[in-house]
Amino acid sequence: MPYPLRINGLEKSYGGQHVLGPIDLDLEAGTITAIIGRSGSGKTTLLRCLGGLEQPTAGRITIGDGQVSPADIGYVFQEPRLMPWLTVAKNTGFGLAGFTKPARDLAIAEALDLVGLPDAGALLPKQLSGGMAQRVALARALAPHPKLILLDEPFSALDPFTREQMQDHLLHLHEHYGATMVLITHDMDEALALALRIIVLDGPPGRIIGDFSPDLPRPADRVSAAFFVWKRRLTALFTRQSAPPPEAAFSDQQPAQENFP
Amino acid sequence: MTMRARRVPGWLVGLIVPAVLLAAWQGAAASGLVPPAILPAPGLVIRTLAAMAQSGEMAQALAATGSRMLFGFALGAACATVLGGLCGSSAAIRALLDPLIQALRSVPSLAWVPLFILWLGIFEASKITLVAVGVFFPIYLNLVSGIANVDRKLLEVGRVLGFSSWRRLVRIQLPAALPAYVVGLRGGLGLGWMFVAAAELLGATNGLGFILDDGEQTGRPERVLAALLLFGLCGKLTDWALAAAGRRLVSWQDIAAA
Repeated sequence: MPYPLRINGLEKSYGGQHVLGPIDLDLEAGTITAIIGRSGSGKTTLLRCLGGLEQPTAGRITIGDGQVSPADIGYVFQEPRLMPWLTVAKNTGFGLAGFTKPARDLAIAEALDLVGLPDAGALLPKQLSGGMAQRVALARALAPHPKLILLDEPFSALDPFTREQMQDHLLHLHEHYGATMVLITHDMDEALALALRIIVLDGPPGRIIGDFSPDLPRPADRVSAAFFVWKRRLTALFTRQSAPPPEAAFSDQQPAQENFP
Repeated sequence: MTMRARRVPGWLVGLIVPAVLLAAWQGAAASGLVPPAILPAPGLVIRTLAAMAQSGEMAQALAATGSRMLFGFALGAACATVLGGLCGSSAAIRALLDPLIQALRSVPSLAWVPLFILWLGIFEASKITLVAVGVFFPIYLNLVSGIANVDRKLLEVGRVLGFSSWRRLVRIQLPAALPAYVVGLRGGLGLGWMFVAAAELLGATNGLGFILDDGEQTGRPERVLAALLLFGLCGKLTDWALAAAGRRLVSWQDIAAA
């Protein structure tokens, strides 16, 4: 079962400098949520708090029933961060602990198959292209079958063609695994193509200035009018004013079609 | 028209300067510009080497020096690996031990000789210990900095995967520090040869250092040069072997081949 995620009053400061929050957010189990925002809006800090890489200054994060092991959470970084001395197969199985050898080999083969690299197991990271390396990073996060997957701008360093291919892969993986996914991105297209819910952060200090559920069909038609209108709407949040006051932030909890026929 | 550069093997290029020096040496000796008591001709040195090989002196000297080097290197490398691993992986252990080790490093290594002779006698133990001291520091320093400077981004992978500190050390820090460790081992090996020569010069009845000393005492520079050549050959061969083994260990590195 995928995990729901609840964030209450989350705040983060570094040495007295308040960079994030308070953030309150409930994410449904099994959904893909995109968190978008400019650089410095605290989106990566938020994700690092969720992944346990940062300790929040205040507030509470509840993942699932609160009894979560690290193997239940997959984390994909902006860069592949593969261990250069390990083969692709060993990198994929890097987080698998307490598996028997056959179960481990099976989990590795399955994860590599899902990211479209079934024959790359024996290669070293230095032999991979950027897109392949990031797919291995995705496979490493998927191999332990996590119930929550956190993705920090995972495709931002890739060329546009590979990026779109990887986005399709991610949707396919979500269908297969059904894990809850939180995706940090500054790419509106990526957010709209993948996520059923889009949270907009702005800052510093990072706060939620928009919460949308664009009900676009899956897979998204990136040249449709609805897609374009949503993109304009999200972009407008950042171009109209540098930091909208909280009351100017608008939230869309209604079905998107009502606002955008 | 295309020109294709013909590749000359690296080892052949490396032989050019020694060959020129050898020719100059032969020329200087043959012309009588330098007296043979100062610089004997290369032919005499080669004949001396052949005679040493034939009489068994060379094998005995190589065995004596080689075993001191082997045991000293193994001892120094083992201590450096254990202490370097501990200090690199734990800030608390580093705070406890590293200041003392750094202080000991500032003592010139040969200054230990009288103490080693007093404690361990004039035979093998003191010589092996001196070699071990020379070998220890480059390996220790490289390993500590190799572990301490592992990319934070790789360590974060271990954190999100919930690694314990032991698992982090074994699966991330030690493999990542391997290239620095290999550099340390090669540095330690070079110093080991230097220290084994020093130990044998200070008092030995066999070994290459003894031949050096004997050549000087008996006024036979061809013996000194023969021993120097053997030292150089041993140093080069062991470094080449270690470098080759090291290259295999760190073949995963994505670096331009030198």
